[in-house]
Amino acid sequence: MIATEMSPQEIKSKKPYLEWGLSEKEYNYICEKLLKRLPNYTETGLFAVMWSEHCSYKKSKPVLREFPSKNERVLQGPGEGAGIVDIGDGQAVVFKAESHNHPSAVEPYEGAATGVGGIIRDIFSMGARPIAALDSLHFGEINQARTKYLINEVVAGIGGYGNCMGIPTVGGEMTFDECYTGNPLVNAMCVGLMEQKDMQVGRAKGIGNAVMYVGAKTGRDGIHGATFASADFSDEKETQRSAVQVGDPFMEKLLMEACLELTNKHADWLVGIQDMGAAGLASSSCEMASKAESGLELTLDNVPQREPKMSAYEIMLSESQERMLLCIRAGFEEDVEKLFENYGLEAVVIGRVVEGHQYLLKHKDRVVADIPVSSLTDDVLEEESQEKVPLRILQTRENQNWIPQINDVGETLRKMLQQPTIASKKMFTQTYDSQVRTNTVVGPGSDAAVLRIRGTKKALAMTTDGNGRFVYLDPKIGGKMAVLEAAANLIASGALPLALTDCLNYGDPNDPEIYWELHQSVLGMAAACRALNTPVISGNVSLYNENNGEAIYPTPMVGMVGLVKELKYAVPSFVQQQGDLVFIVGNTEEDFAGSELQKMITGEIKGNLNDVDVAQMSSRMMKLLSAMKKGLVKSAHDLSEGGLAIALAETTFGTKCGLDIKTHLNGEELFSETPGRFVVTVAPESQKLFLDEIQDEEVTYVGTVTNNKKLTVAYENGQFDLDLKKAEGLWEEAIPCLMKSKD
Amino acid sequence: MKIAVVVFPGSNCDVDLYEALHTVCRADVEYVSHKQKSLAGFDAVMLPGGFSYGDYLRSGAIARFSNIMPAIIEFANEGKLVFGTCNGFQILTEAGLLPGALKQNNSLKFICKTVELEVVNNQTPFTSLYEANEHIKLPIAHADGSYYAEKDVLEKLEENGQIVFRYAGENPNGSLNNIAGITNEKGNVLGMMPHPERAVEALLGNEDGLRLFRSLLANGKKTEEAAR
Repeated sequence: MIATEMSPQEIKSKKPYLEWGLSEKEYNYICEKLLKRLPNYTETGLFAVMWSEHCSYKKSKPVLREFPSKNERVLQGPGEGAGIVDIGDGQAVVFKAESHNHPSAVEPYEGAATGVGGIIRDIFSMGARPIAALDSLHFGEINQARTKYLINEVVAGIGGYGNCMGIPTVGGEMTFDECYTGNPLVNAMCVGLMEQKDMQVGRAKGIGNAVMYVGAKTGRDGIHGATFASADFSDEKETQRSAVQVGDPFMEKLLMEACLELTNKHADWLVGIQDMGAAGLASSSCEMASKAESGLELTLDNVPQREPKMSAYEIMLSESQERMLLCIRAGFEEDVEKLFENYGLEAVVIGRVVEGHQYLLKHKDRVVADIPVSSLTDDVLEEESQEKVPLRILQTRENQNWIPQINDVGETLRKMLQQPTIASKKMFTQTYDSQVRTNTVVGPGSDAAVLRIRGTKKALAMTTDGNGRFVYLDPKIGGKMAVLEAAANLIASGALPLALTDCLNYGDPNDPEIYWELHQSVLGMAAACRALNTPVISGNVSLYNENNGEAIYPTPMVGMVGLVKELKYAVPSFVQQQGDLVFIVGNTEEDFAGSELQKMITGEIKGNLNDVDVAQMSSRMMKLLSAMKKGLVKSAHDLSEGGLAIALAETTFGTKCGLDIKTHLNGEELFSETPGRFVVTVAPESQKLFLDEIQDEEVTYVGTVTNNKKLTVAYENGQFDLDLKKAEGLWEEAIPCLMKSKD
Repeated sequence: MKIAVVVFPGSNCDVDLYEALHTVCRADVEYVSHKQKSLAGFDAVMLPGGFSYGDYLRSGAIARFSNIMPAIIEFANEGKLVFGTCNGFQILTEAGLLPGALKQNNSLKFICKTVELEVVNNQTPFTSLYEANEHIKLPIAHADGSYYAEKDVLEKLEENGQIVFRYAGENPNGSLNNIAGITNEKGNVLGMMPHPERAVEALLGNEDGLRLFRSLLANGKKTEEAAR
């Protein structure tokens, strides 16, 4: 590589930076305004990765400012490895989600595995012990060999990494729509627990302090991964394969234990710690210097290398996995070396914090970069983006919404239970260790996962949600619904929603219609966040999710964490006892646009969404939570895909119970997807107290829990009986059957 | 009675074993690093689940060469109690303390779920508080749990009552003779794929594993008293 390295003049004339994702305008700005000279090869590479959307958020920043990011509980908002929220008793919960869509599209096993690995490092870099992993996966329809391969490999990659790390994968979601066929979405979330006193930051300050490199050696893998993630796919560019990294969870397990020993027992040695994630050593080191307004001098010859003859450019841009960067107080370098050696790991001094604000890199006795730190991190040209309302939305506004007509409601319900987005995902989730560390009170397959916090009465509830269909139909309303759905999952478990993390998955933002979708959906999400008092404390943006010019549905993924103050008031999703009364909280409207029913019957997603009143829904959820905290609710399940009919069936699965239901709704309305509704069961003796507590006109008594495995529903214009044992079989077998079928 | 929980690089159920013994059973338990060479002062040793050495080469194949192993072998040969769950079981077979081997599940996938087991032999120090032929439920979480041994070894295991747990419902991994857990000939070394340490609290939905630890503690106490 060194032999072929271009001179600054050659870079100017041959413009290799265009391929690295830097525009000519940006390059000229760097030459004329920032450096007042031509950057060399390594410097140009640094600008290309640091100014990529993945590292700089140059496109999305103006939009991200719309999110609330603080409240009385937030200890650390966006900008660090992960966000941190106070949960009382000197403890804090730490969480973040990250997308690994592009790597997973080309090499699904390693793409998914390293996505999990990266998000786990973000959590322990804050000084927290990772306690749970979740995911949000969106694939094409299960009707092609390629899609089945992607699903199997992504699931194996997530399990392969998390299982080996000993971090339980406790929840998540999986949906299937054609738009994700060539560009699946693989979003991973990790949750950590810590003592507030152990909080760390990614900072390199204090002149003379050491910059130490720990973990795996640096190889040529993943070079330009960050810029790769900031461009769209086409079939002709199969060469992108080389940008995917390979994970080693065993190495990360050792690294995690060593880093936690350092942060929890030797905080006095440590100034700052950061994961080497996207753009590797380049981004971690200059972000650490930038946040502390320090200067940094690194000697790249000291970086542990896996391959011979690596150039400065390659060392800086490599995205080899399982590496961390530390800033260590001068004088403690040997102690740190010894600590890591005890875990069989290398810790090496690669540089020092220096006076001034310059980023100085040396390699083979040459200065290979000498540029202001801020030029990489703060001087990024923010791009003004054009916005335009998509034609499909303008056209739809003129049209009447689709209203279904169902002849056989029972048969429709049986078919709906077999739709992949609704059907059981057990075949995948049981390949994840969901119990290791023995804190999992509620694992996969419920509204939210619930983990107890040892030594306390508390528990944490967590969930991931994304509904691209609704956001596609109306980004603003869909954005509100995505946040409300996540909150509803936590409420159904008896938890108070605390805060959220997100992955914003969209198409090419240079398309004004897509930028409009991004902007509108963020506005919707932000409105719901404010109503629920759940700020956005971390997250990431994944743009350019396109395949051969076709964008995915705009799919913001919401990862939300809630606090159960007393575990005895956590509420299961499943009905508990014969004779308990069944209530529906929340009115049902004609909400069929974007519904699973619409997709199943018409094969498409179309129509206008009814707006949602976020304040009213927030208040309804808080009342339900307050009834739960008084022990008045036996079970609760939130209504989502497939509406009431599906939710009723689901609440009985795995139990010995059935339901006897009578409702004024018509057969079609049983499948309406009006957001913010719950099916709850209440003991007969608690009925009055429950209704007093809820005081909502939108609570309807609909029936009782029975001891036979039958769902009997009398609705406005008919009635049906569903054999729940058979129904559960259909629901469980649907996906295994599709995965096995020949194409 | 003092119990050692051995921590190998990559062990990840060490905390679960420790908590089951310390917090739930109020037993005297300590972590012991794979680097140590002695088990002096301990009355029982436990090998946790996880991915020791990343499961590289074969599950348990590298751990058997760690510093602590000669001490564990000596400990077993002295007739003291040795218990291994999941990766611990794999290490015990690799080290030759238990016969046979654990192959990849026949589904070729990692499986985490609760399975039904039969307590085939309750005449061991690990199972004395279970009823004979009692059916219990314990979680499994492994990719390599399919027990294999040559025909003559299997026959010997059956004859000697060394098969302690058998999968009673569905066989989740293709184990021969539905084997989920076995002892050595003397009966002082138990290896099993299921995780009793994950089933010791009603809060987490299952307490069927608790009696395994209680049996071991009760028998340890008896041995101590006899020694006095």
